[in-house]
Amino acid sequence: MLTQKVQEVFNEPACDHNKKKSESDRKKGCTKVAQPGAAAGGCAFDGAKIALQPIVDAAHLVHGPIACEGNSWDNRSAASSGPDLYRNGFTTDMSELDVIYGGEKRLFRAIREIVERHRPPAVFVYQTCVPALIGDDIESVSKIASETFGIPVIPVNAPGFVGGKNLGNKLAGEALLEHVIGTVEPEVSTPTDLNVIGEYNLSGELWQVKPLLDRIGIRISACLTGDARYREVASSHRARAAMLVCSKAMVNIARKMEERYGIPFFEGSFYGISDMSESLRNMARLLVSRGAPADLASRTEQVIREEEEIAWEAIRGFRKDLEGRKVLLITGGVKSWSVVSALQEAGLVVVGTSVKKSTSEDKDRIKELMGDDAHMIDSMSPMEMYAMLKEARADILLAGGRSQFVALKAKVPFVDVNQERRFAFAGYRGMVTFVHEIHRALTNPVWEALKKPAPWDPDCRTTPIF
Amino acid sequence: MGTKSAERSFLSNPLKMSQPLGGALAFLGLGGALPVFHGSQGCTSFGLVLLGRHFKESIPLQTTAMSEITSTLGGGENISAALLKIFEKGSPSIVGLLSTGLTETKGEDIVGEVRQFLKLRKETVKTPVVAVSTPDFKGGLEEGYQAAVCRIVEELVPGTAPKKPFQLNILAGSHLTVSDLDYLKEVTGRFGFEAVVLPDLSRSLDGFIPDRFAPMSMGGTTLEEIRSMGGARATLVIGKSLLPAGDLLFRKTGVPSVAISRLMGLEAFDRFLLTLSHLSGRAIPESFHRERGRLEDAMLDSHFFLGGKKAVLALEPDLLNDFAAFMKGMGVSIPLAVSPTEAPILSEVPADLVRVGDLGDVEEGAGSHRADFLATHSHGRQASQRLGIPLFRMGFPVFDRLGATHRLLIGYRGAKETLFRISNLFLAREESPDPETWYPGSSGEPVVFDDREPVPIRPVVSAQLPPPENA
Ligand code: SF4
Repeated sequence: MLTQKVQEVFNEPACDHNKKKSESDRKKGCTKVAQPGAAAGGCAFDGAKIALQPIVDAAHLVHGPIACEGNSWDNRSAASSGPDLYRNGFTTDMSELDVIYGGEKRLFRAIREIVERHRPPAVFVYQTCVPALIGDDIESVSKIASETFGIPVIPVNAPGFVGGKNLGNKLAGEALLEHVIGTVEPEVSTPTDLNVIGEYNLSGELWQVKPLLDRIGIRISACLTGDARYREVASSHRARAAMLVCSKAMVNIARKMEERYGIPFFEGSFYGISDMSESLRNMARLLVSRGAPADLASRTEQVIREEEEIAWEAIRGFRKDLEGRKVLLITGGVKSWSVVSALQEAGLVVVGTSVKKSTSEDKDRIKELMGDDAHMIDSMSPMEMYAMLKEARADILLAGGRSQFVALKAKVPFVDVNQERRFAFAGYRGMVTFVHEIHRALTNPVWEALKKPAPWDPDCRTTPIF
Repeated sequence: MGTKSAERSFLSNPLKMSQPLGGALAFLGLGGALPVFHGSQGCTSFGLVLLGRHFKESIPLQTTAMSEITSTLGGGENISAALLKIFEKGSPSIVGLLSTGLTETKGEDIVGEVRQFLKLRKETVKTPVVAVSTPDFKGGLEEGYQAAVCRIVEELVPGTAPKKPFQLNILAGSHLTVSDLDYLKEVTGRFGFEAVVLPDLSRSLDGFIPDRFAPMSMGGTTLEEIRSMGGARATLVIGKSLLPAGDLLFRKTGVPSVAISRLMGLEAFDRFLLTLSHLSGRAIPESFHRERGRLEDAMLDSHFFLGGKKAVLALEPDLLNDFAAFMKGMGVSIPLAVSPTEAPILSEVPADLVRVGDLGDVEEGAGSHRADFLATHSHGRQASQRLGIPLFRMGFPVFDRLGATHRLLIGYRGAKETLFRISNLFLAREESPDPETWYPGSSGEPVVFDDREPVPIRPVVSAQLPPPENA
């Protein structure tokens, strides 16, 4: 049953990336399966947990031995404006006996204890490899628990071995569609109700966006799943429109909600000033088309004008120190051209940018911005990156956390652009923070000091004290 | 950059420690020494308590117990009485007599008084007594310490001594910790030198538990070592405040001195090692390669947290200079550096503004510059609390944390530890964002416009839609 679900999830019609693939390729899905010996990316369980854990008032219980939860909990920065039950790491911590006799009883007891102790509005139960292998049926346990305790208990069937993080995201989406969305009717509904899908409020990024929506008059009826309450997610089927945050991770939710509940969606991004503005415009457009007051559009334009002005002004302020410095931009999910324009406004020269997840349209935009000799990189090995930095073909690396040590060992500054970073880079204020971080890294005198030869090096120019 | 003095006529939350305290500190680094405050018992008692709170040790410190009457009449009598009593009760190998504000106000010549005393008792008193003028109303801890070290050199170092080409004198500034002193000895040792450290608090106030108890300093530079200083290869003067002592030593013995004002951080220690290599004629030992690499790595790991931060520093001049330059090199900006007293080195301190002042200035400056952290002694804790920014404790006194004297600050290794400790101050308080972090005052509710109230209804569309599959 699970394999069927996995196939189905891979065959995602709303993913334009996928549409361009051949029939057989499409079945393989967009997540490459990790090869033995390759440095491992996260497993499906990891992806599912990432996608659902931001539901802040729910309890998240991981059914498995200690490795899955014990090695991974409390390491992401999804922020909450209230409840913090989601931050607790709950796991059944299966023992050898459970492995022999089955862990279902233990799982049931765990759910009971969590419900008694914490009274959550819902419990998410995550399957992992070992109990999946021995045949623990978390769906039945969840069903019985749900009936016994009178609260929703949602099985999330994404054991690690079925695939990578991206697949896990999607399976989490399936769990929401199957067990959560549409199970509760909202108390209030307004003509400007919007779902934001695929935004996890990491480092509080949602709050770089939401105040603007407040100002425009758009109500986020549910964010999937950043800073979400269980009830909001459960009643999100009454929204008028939805934005799918561009990572594609939750495209299945957006598409199926359109099919089932007639909620139209667009794909957009909060990263980069032009992308942000574009997203706001699309929200207004879609909502108006669904019956929101027509002046939503002009209100949106006004907020865009005000915010863009402040942001560009602030970014230009860094120009003096950043003019001509060379940037290598290797992003994962972020649409790079949108970020490129902000970098250029700050005077930076982008000497290379990744286009791994970009569409051909994106690539055209990049060419437009950076000229025909735009250095577009599909993938770059750490060794190549290191060489490029070491030979000073770039002054700074903007990339995911895993590349951090490549840059640092080359004694070149680095700014983390992926999801585990410490700073929020969304929206207008976020882009200013981003350029500020680049400025902070590039202007640190530490690089100069580190590049000087050691005193025992024959090239050392340092003199003794006399 | 510039130096500025406080315009106020009062100190608000003093940063400064008194001169006699600094003098006492210097004597506590001599083996079997007993510092004595020539003043009223209160000055001594305060000093005693403060030193005790910092070092967590019992501090041998005596007083000449001046009263109102003896103060008016002159303290010569009390000096004699106190010294005689001390020799009767025990046998310190050196007595350091430090004047205080009280006795200096009368214009008493403490050095003359002691000379007189020793002359009269040439036959009976063999213990050297070093008198130092340390009026409370001038200078501060660093000056008192400097005055004492100068007087020790003047009184106790003979003009000639047998040549010892592998001996290095180290005149150790008051800003060095016990661990710093240990490390200096270890480092010079790796170049084949034997170091005579003056004063050497690492052998007296390092917390070592001896098997006997004596009312005097339990270790430190011995008289014999002090007398050998004239034969050394060179003198390293650590901290510019001790330059006068280095000059004095040079004039007396001809041993050249090298002034080292900085030992914290990569470049400073590179230069120090090159200097030792030059003096010893040996290459820098391999054992430093790894230490340097680790510091480099610590710099990389910590620059994320330190770069762009603003610090307000308030430290004794030598420490202020070394630490400020170290922080500056890590990308920390220093809008304000405060020293308790005037000193030549202040002109070198790399801060936007260097001023002589107190913790009141620190608090005000840190507030107006929106500093990210303070670095000063424990008394900075109130300002740190009121401002809500972390305090990096250093200098003297640190009484509300354990182990201040055992912190290594110098060298690649010390710099590495300092970087981690300061970064951890920030890591420990990483704040989580809230809905108003970026747009303060935003209501959290969408505005209602177009005169339309939000509608508490089921949406019309729902009727035309298939029901939720799992409803
Ligand atoms: S791969 Fe399986 S066992 Fe490993 S962490 Fe993921 S779920 Fe757990």
